[in-house]
Amino acid sequence: MHDLTRIAFLGGIYSNYWSLCAALDDIARRGVDATYFLGDLGAFGPHPDRVPELLIERGIPGIQGNYEESLSTGAQDCHCGYTDPRDNHYAQISYDYTFANTRDELKRWMGTLPRHIRFTAGDRRFLLVHGSPRKINEFLWRSTSPEPFLERLCREHEADVIVCTHTGLHWHKALRGDRHVINAGVIGRPANDGRTNVWYAIVTVRGSAVDVEFVPLAYDHERLAAEMRAERLPQEFVETVMTGWWTTCLEVLPSKERAAGRW
Amino acid sequence: MTTAPLVPMLALDTLWFQVAGTLCNIACTHCFISSSPTNRSHAMLTLADCERRLAEARELGVREYYFTGGEPFMNRDMLAILEATLRQGPATVLTNGMLLRPETCARLRELFDRSEYALDLRVSLDGFDRQSHDAIRGAGVWDKVMAGLRNLAAVGINPVITVTTAATGVETAQGRARFLELIRGFGFDKPRLKVLSLFRIGAEETRTRAYDDWERLSQEMLDQGDAASLQCASGRMVTSKGVFVCPILIEEPKARMGDTLAETLRPFGLAYGACHTCWVDGVTCTT
Repeated sequence: MHDLTRIAFLGGIYSNYWSLCAALDDIARRGVDATYFLGDLGAFGPHPDRVPELLIERGIPGIQGNYEESLSTGAQDCHCGYTDPRDNHYAQISYDYTFANTRDELKRWMGTLPRHIRFTAGDRRFLLVHGSPRKINEFLWRSTSPEPFLERLCREHEADVIVCTHTGLHWHKALRGDRHVINAGVIGRPANDGRTNVWYAIVTVRGSAVDVEFVPLAYDHERLAAEMRAERLPQEFVETVMTGWWTTCLEVLPSKERAAGRW
Repeated sequence: MTTAPLVPMLALDTLWFQVAGTLCNIACTHCFISSSPTNRSHAMLTLADCERRLAEARELGVREYYFTGGEPFMNRDMLAILEATLRQGPATVLTNGMLLRPETCARLRELFDRSEYALDLRVSLDGFDRQSHDAIRGAGVWDKVMAGLRNLAAVGINPVITVTTAATGVETAQGRARFLELIRGFGFDKPRLKVLSLFRIGAEETRTRAYDDWERLSQEMLDQGDAASLQCASGRMVTSKGVFVCPILIEEPKARMGDTLAETLRPFGLAYGACHTCWVDGVTCTT
């Protein structure tokens, strides 16, 4: 008889304080053994100090995303990994706002976060990363991450379960030998599906069996939108919050994911 | 003479197929491998050739597949090759857009819908209009590409339009905006654009000039950047003649690295003018 372990994973939070509050309440209600965040606490939303303050207050462990790496090192941009000029234009607006509104003390705290976290649950070796095990800003999209490639990542990085975020879209692939790659999605903005909710992941482990549940999470998105307007963040970002469709940072999407969205 | 700096092979993520060999239905004046209706330097790959390479790639954990030529849709096996590839991973085809007939587009749409992996098409344009495009690609080509793009739009496939810097001004913000508007006009409401560098080899050597001796990479240059960002640090090219370091250097005998993919997973000396372009322009062959 194996013990059962339940772990919650929060992907990119993007300064969405209200979805973080809703997620922590939801997690408390469901009951888990541990909760981790996967980086990119800032970007997109308003008042970037509130998310790290709450995570620190609740003692929730987690890893750096490209945002924490950039903010803590004083980088000029977010190193999100976009290549298209329009994508980069909007990414820069987010980054400049977040950089200007994050206290130095919190930037220093971000610099102390680990890049990876490893632990064992059941008999599965977990590896938590932001983008991929090899690069903090590598995009692991479902449609461009075939099994042989994911199996190589697991093998080379000595992990049975890799949990990542960064793309903003959640997915899970079960691989040979009870190995798994899980993109936990993000709670910072909707999943480009025309719905206003966001998503997080709960993983249940018993021995070598791994079960993945993606949890749709409603939150006060109108309140977030009002705060974003008050902070004069781009109308395009507000539209995403209100409609569930991505309006920016679209060129990086593979054809399959792009076709599923409105823009 | 200094030794060429070595690029490491970090991981074979991207596999290219010279699927049409060097055969093309047109002869662009800037083609870096001088593809043409009569260039048989590299032969077409068969479905069996590709399946053998896909099996090797699967063992090595390759992430994505690209098909180029010549003109890939001159290869009668192209759709079958894509079907086999899409069972294993995402695929992108680089095409001049002239052979995108309605029935081909319908089949591509079917493959797109059926695969869990991404299928992308990249259609090449040169210039903002018929005149500049046909000056490089040949008389009447623009109209055939427009027909091909209409057929793609009709089945709801949204290609990446690639344009080389031979289209004057396309690198600027205004040029880019103008080109995106042009693509919208073709019937694509989510216009996708990729600007490509020119390589001063093949036909381009005659159109403009060859590389000068100073246009070579030094170890010092490589040390100042991220060698991992070079395509040859994570990709290889399969042709009928074997496995080459990258899609650009297939006419360089020393760029042929072996018969099997596995034996090409080693560093490569960046001795060529084209290597200088890749480094200086930050070229990414992938989409």
